[in-house]
Amino acid sequence: MAPPSLLLLLLVLPFISGLIVVTMQARRAIVGVSASVMASAAALVALFWPVVREGEIVRHVTLWLPQQGINLTLRLDGLSFIFAMMVTGIGFLVVIYARYYLSSKEPVPRFFSLLLLFAGAMNGMLLSGNIVVMVVFWEMTSLVSFLLIGFWRTNGAARDGARMALIITATGGLCLLASMLLVGHVAGSYDLDRVLASGDKLRAHPLYLPALLLFLIGCFTKSAQFPFHFWLPNAMSAPTPVSAYLHSATMVKMGVFLLIRFVPVFGGTEIWFNLVAGVGLATLVIGAVIALFRHDLKGLLAYSTISHLGLITALVGIGSPEAIVAAIFHVMNHAVFKASLFMAAGIIDHETGTRDIRRLSGLRHAMPVTAALAGVACAAMAGVPLLNGFLSKEMFFAETFAWHSGSVFDNAMPYIAVLGTAFSVAYSLRFLLSVFFGPPATDLPKEAHEPVAWMRRPAEILGVLCLVIGIFPAVTIGPALAAGARAVLGEGVPDYSLALWHGVNAPLIMSIIAIVLGALIYGLFHRAIAQGPEGPPLLWRLRGARMFDATLVQGTWQIPRRAIRLFGTVRLQPQVRLLVILGILAVASALWGSNALRPVWELSPVDPVFLLLWVAGAACAIGAAWYAKYHRFAALTLLGGAGLVTSATFVWFSAPDLAVTQLLVEIVTTVLLLLGLRWLPRRKVEIAAAEGRKAKIRRRVDLAVALVCGTGVAALSYAVMTMPAGNLASDWFLEHAYAEGGGTNVVNVILVDFRGFDTLGEMTVLAIVGLTVFALLRRFRPAIESNEVTAQQRLQNEYDDAADGRKRGDTVRDYLMVASVIMHWMFPVIIMLAAMLFFRGHDLPGGGFAGGVALAIAFLLQYLAADVTWVEDRLRILPVRWIAIGLLISTAVGMGSWIFGYPFLTAHSQYIHIPLIGDVPAATALLFDVGVFVLVVGAVVLMQVAIAHQSLRWYRAREKAEGEEG
Amino acid sequence: MELILALGIGALVASGTWLVMRPRSFQVIIGLCLLSYGVNLFIFSMGRLRIGAAAIMPKGGVVDPSLYADPIPQALVLTAIVISFATTALFLVVLLASRGFMGTDHVDGKDPKR
Repeated sequence: MAPPSLLLLLLVLPFISGLIVVTMQARRAIVGVSASVMASAAALVALFWPVVREGEIVRHVTLWLPQQGINLTLRLDGLSFIFAMMVTGIGFLVVIYARYYLSSKEPVPRFFSLLLLFAGAMNGMLLSGNIVVMVVFWEMTSLVSFLLIGFWRTNGAARDGARMALIITATGGLCLLASMLLVGHVAGSYDLDRVLASGDKLRAHPLYLPALLLFLIGCFTKSAQFPFHFWLPNAMSAPTPVSAYLHSATMVKMGVFLLIRFVPVFGGTEIWFNLVAGVGLATLVIGAVIALFRHDLKGLLAYSTISHLGLITALVGIGSPEAIVAAIFHVMNHAVFKASLFMAAGIIDHETGTRDIRRLSGLRHAMPVTAALAGVACAAMAGVPLLNGFLSKEMFFAETFAWHSGSVFDNAMPYIAVLGTAFSVAYSLRFLLSVFFGPPATDLPKEAHEPVAWMRRPAEILGVLCLVIGIFPAVTIGPALAAGARAVLGEGVPDYSLALWHGVNAPLIMSIIAIVLGALIYGLFHRAIAQGPEGPPLLWRLRGARMFDATLVQGTWQIPRRAIRLFGTVRLQPQVRLLVILGILAVASALWGSNALRPVWELSPVDPVFLLLWVAGAACAIGAAWYAKYHRFAALTLLGGAGLVTSATFVWFSAPDLAVTQLLVEIVTTVLLLLGLRWLPRRKVEIAAAEGRKAKIRRRVDLAVALVCGTGVAALSYAVMTMPAGNLASDWFLEHAYAEGGGTNVVNVILVDFRGFDTLGEMTVLAIVGLTVFALLRRFRPAIESNEVTAQQRLQNEYDDAADGRKRGDTVRDYLMVASVIMHWMFPVIIMLAAMLFFRGHDLPGGGFAGGVALAIAFLLQYLAADVTWVEDRLRILPVRWIAIGLLISTAVGMGSWIFGYPFLTAHSQYIHIPLIGDVPAATALLFDVGVFVLVVGAVVLMQVAIAHQSLRWYRAREKAEGEEG
Repeated sequence: MELILALGIGALVASGTWLVMRPRSFQVIIGLCLLSYGVNLFIFSMGRLRIGAAAIMPKGGVVDPSLYADPIPQALVLTAIVISFATTALFLVVLLASRGFMGTDHVDGKDPKR
């Protein structure tokens, strides 16, 4: 007996090989691997036959989320055995077929990899013994189907078809998930066996109806049942092997598979009968009628598939044990003959260059073998005796003829069935006679001839199967069918006979009527059909796909746009204003009525210097706001003033680290903004009266909002500051900083040790910003007017030109001569300062960040002292690498603690003695800080270089342009 | 002292908010800087104001937390300073790029119709 763990292998094998195949190059090897994987998967399934035949269920459970009741339960019974054999067996044939179908110019690895992934997803869906996991695999098949339909990416129809299929089947999948959750809730378990056992409980439960409806939407969308059928014909833009495999033999059968599987759970009620049998019969007739009128070979087959799926659905809807047997039987038969027909259609398309039935004719002369093959498959499709389609169709007729509920619908059933089947006979005749008989076609794009033998083989095998099953049903398919039926029906499997001849009875008469009627329809109308539009008369204008597209355009494009126009604005100012007002309201509502804040109205003694400091600070802030529009440089200077006051405040109130950092950052920010000023447009002072009334009102409102905001924050901070303190977390940090972090500067210890992970995230942000700045500026294109020589440069140039013995640029060189020499010489000094800030960081104010910014300022000063060319000629650091190295160091230090069995970023600390310098704190946190230091240098220098370099680029571009003109 | 700082924070926040709601991108960037000063000081002030009590510990011995300024707001603000620097730099570049591509420094990328 095969061990159940082989099921896991069966599940994993296609996925792994799919991932391997996509990396391979040689077509022969790719096909070899794919075919052998399919074959061995089929063999794996077949290994379980002895167990499954006895009606036993093979189970293998891997715990996944046991608390939620979601486990990777694999389960194989007779029903999933049949389907898994179809998936792997037909998969094997399709792989061989596709090898000859695809030309070598096409992305072969992607195709076969997707086919394997699809087989894996299908196996997962079939084998799942947990209904939630099952839905996951179900959706996975939709996704792979999407990728395969859109395989020819450049083809617009393929992309549209893929999108439509995905939207419909994935929506159905979501409904199915909801239904499964409901079912699991009622049954008390997501385990399939327990769900199957709790059918009575569910049918009596008030949630039965919603669960059933959602379930049916899921199944009907997947199996292309009316009114969701229209995605399937549009999916025919896929390569034909995909159509043969996914869209006729396997994936679209998932809906009926699930219907059959859940008959014990949902079935047996009147609503089940009416809905499922009703939809099935409707689909049977509609699909068969439309199929007759399609001129595209694959379109005809697609609608025929829809029609046959409708037949199976109708059988499941009827729901009697005999009907279930017939449904399973027809699933197999349909897979066999329809896959071979699709392959034949692909061969015709491949060898003649067209799939249009009106152009094709008399192909039996050029392709006799293919013609014979298609003849067999078409006859099976039409339900001609001695072929497999005949048997299941007889069973279907018997079921429709039998008495069920006695409703009008029930009584009409045999007539509907005969009508649908008659059309099915008619389109089968059309497929066969129009294409292969008649005079040989003359205007085909290619000279028609038989394909290479191996392209025909898979279809031939399937054709032979049609015959063998049709003639010796009991021997060939009987045991599997019995096992499948037992998996659904338990012990209630009816007596049924798979013999060819049952005597003259109602089904036989119905068959004869249908065949005669179908032949009549074809004989009378085939000329009119060939000249008519692509679809049945009158109805051909009514296309589900077009309605779907219109809905999609409305729903995702026009209605949202209208909604945005009505309720939104693309303008930033109203958005920000609204945001600020909402913020104020949120704070106000949180504080309203609460007495959390009890400010003490006692004024502590005021230091006049501090008062003066903040008079200046507030003046700077307001001044910056005042000047920011017309006097940018003044505003920038005032901003710097406000920053200095902030920094001084930090010093005043015992936060030296903040003061240092703020000061350094202030310098860099100001210089960066200064560098940017050059690219902004000139702005002349407008006369205030010229402003519109609206603008005035807007400004007043903004002023009021800003004042409310400022007053509120002031009041809030005053209230908090005067309340007694008491912070246990801070006390803990103070007490443990030296003992556990090995540093005396608590703020630094918090950053690099206790909260090191936050700092790592923060560094990463800085790195990303640096790279983004760099990337954005590579594509930078300044406005045309800032491309000219600036007024200042023009003045200097004029002066240089006018004076004797001076060259252009001399004035700039003379400018601030003394200062620039000092700045040059400051370079090493600042490096020393940066090093000092860094090393003392753990114990005294400083640290990696402050040190890094200080070092970056050393470079910044060189930009001020000389011009960009001078600096870039001498710049010896590669900022992008510094960023990478810094990030790597810090992460590696963090991971280093794993070696010693501690969690990420656990720090270790001690002091080491270095001669001349003395005791240096040597915590691993210090190493982490090295990373911060290096990264900050890299990021800040990168930003400087990127922004400063722009002036050079456009200077050069301008020179080049001038050179071309002159 | 608390009152002065509170008023100072108020002035920073009010000017910043006003500027953030202005139409020109340079005004917005100055506004963001002022707002970040104000907000940083606000967060810092949540740890109460202490003079001459920087959180530098002695090496070893029993520590009396009541003698030192609160380190948590300081650590938070240190992070905030870095991040606000990064956003300012990023915004500056976006501003420049937008000005180059759209030909205007209006925050919406186009000048309002007159």
